[in-house]
Amino acid sequence: MGLIVGLEEKLPSGVVLTSVEKLAGYVRKNSLWPATFGLACCAIEMMAAGAGRYDLARFGMEVFRASPRQADLMIVAGRVSNKMAPVLRQIYDQMAAPKWVIAMGACASSGGMFNNYAIVQGVDHVVPVDIYLPGCPPRPEMLMDAILKLHEHINDEKLGSNREEVIREVEAAAMAAKPTFALKGLLA
Amino acid sequence: MFGASGTGDTSGYGGLVRSTTSKGSSERPYGSYFDEVADDLERAYPDFSQAIERVVVYRGELTLHVKRENLVDVAMILRDTLLFEVCMGVSGVHYPTDLDRELHAVYHLLSMTHNRRIRLEVSAPDSDPHIPSVVEVWAGNNWNERETFDMFGIIFDGHPGLTRILMPDDWRGHPQRKDYPLGGIPVEYKGATVPPPNERRSYR
Repeated sequence: MGLIVGLEEKLPSGVVLTSVEKLAGYVRKNSLWPATFGLACCAIEMMAAGAGRYDLARFGMEVFRASPRQADLMIVAGRVSNKMAPVLRQIYDQMAAPKWVIAMGACASSGGMFNNYAIVQGVDHVVPVDIYLPGCPPRPEMLMDAILKLHEHINDEKLGSNREEVIREVEAAAMAAKPTFALKGLLA
Repeated sequence: MFGASGTGDTSGYGGLVRSTTSKGSSERPYGSYFDEVADDLERAYPDFSQAIERVVVYRGELTLHVKRENLVDVAMILRDTLLFEVCMGVSGVHYPTDLDRELHAVYHLLSMTHNRRIRLEVSAPDSDPHIPSVVEVWAGNNWNERETFDMFGIIFDGHPGLTRILMPDDWRGHPQRKDYPLGGIPVEYKGATVPPPNERRSYR
């Protein structure tokens, strides 16, 4: 993990060099504690992912904290109704930074099959989402894949002024991006 | 067997037109235990002929159409004398074309002692959507009546706390009425935007 190639060979054994960013990323990703936010059917798959066969304990995530103050990751599993949205926002606000959100399932990502007056069309209307996981419901293995992708994302997260730079770049890219219906995708 | 018949539109928003149900009452004998129920109720409730507007036996099920003023009395007698201890809940129905009887409240009753099921139906006009509450008779109807109020706007007089239960407290409108829109938004895909089901063109 050295920044200057070959420097570690010249140091006495037992000394490792790294950067604060890399160390913080490594430590944060390996002890993510999820908050219980299972709302509907996706919660069953989330429970299955935490159970014995598809084990989330291998990532240190079997402790689903009931209190948001002790959690870092909110897995929004299930459809969010208009009545539940302020509650969801309150739980998110009560989590301490650094915090991440996985929108699990089609309903949390985009409203799913429920395009009506009662369901919020995508939980990103309420909280900022880091990983969108489609599926109805996504299999436990898919949830674990989403968690692993989040781990990679957390590992590479920048701190301090580097982070501000990244945020500015992301915002500029989003402002200049083509809208979805203008992209051609597989139809073109 | 295969291939679409008619317009081929299965979304349900193509303006389905159905014929209205007949307004007549079924004739005696009603069949199975319905005669017993009707006779017991008539004996226990002298106002039977004035309060019960129609008795309908359709597809093996008995429905008593009750006037809303007599609802609580009939309910009390059904619970105490005829032993219909369980009320499965209040359902609301909205018939926009049935002027002066737009909103119906339907109560499904179960008698566990006799293993019988009947249905009570009460109607109210849209201009005066009040129906007496049966919470004193069957206490479990509390939340069911709140739900019916939330979804249809039927106000239950005598309910201990009639507020919205499914929609947020400051929501306007009653979603399950026939004239309430679906409230969907158009969905963006790559290369196309798909409108919600109630705004899509019909398949002609």
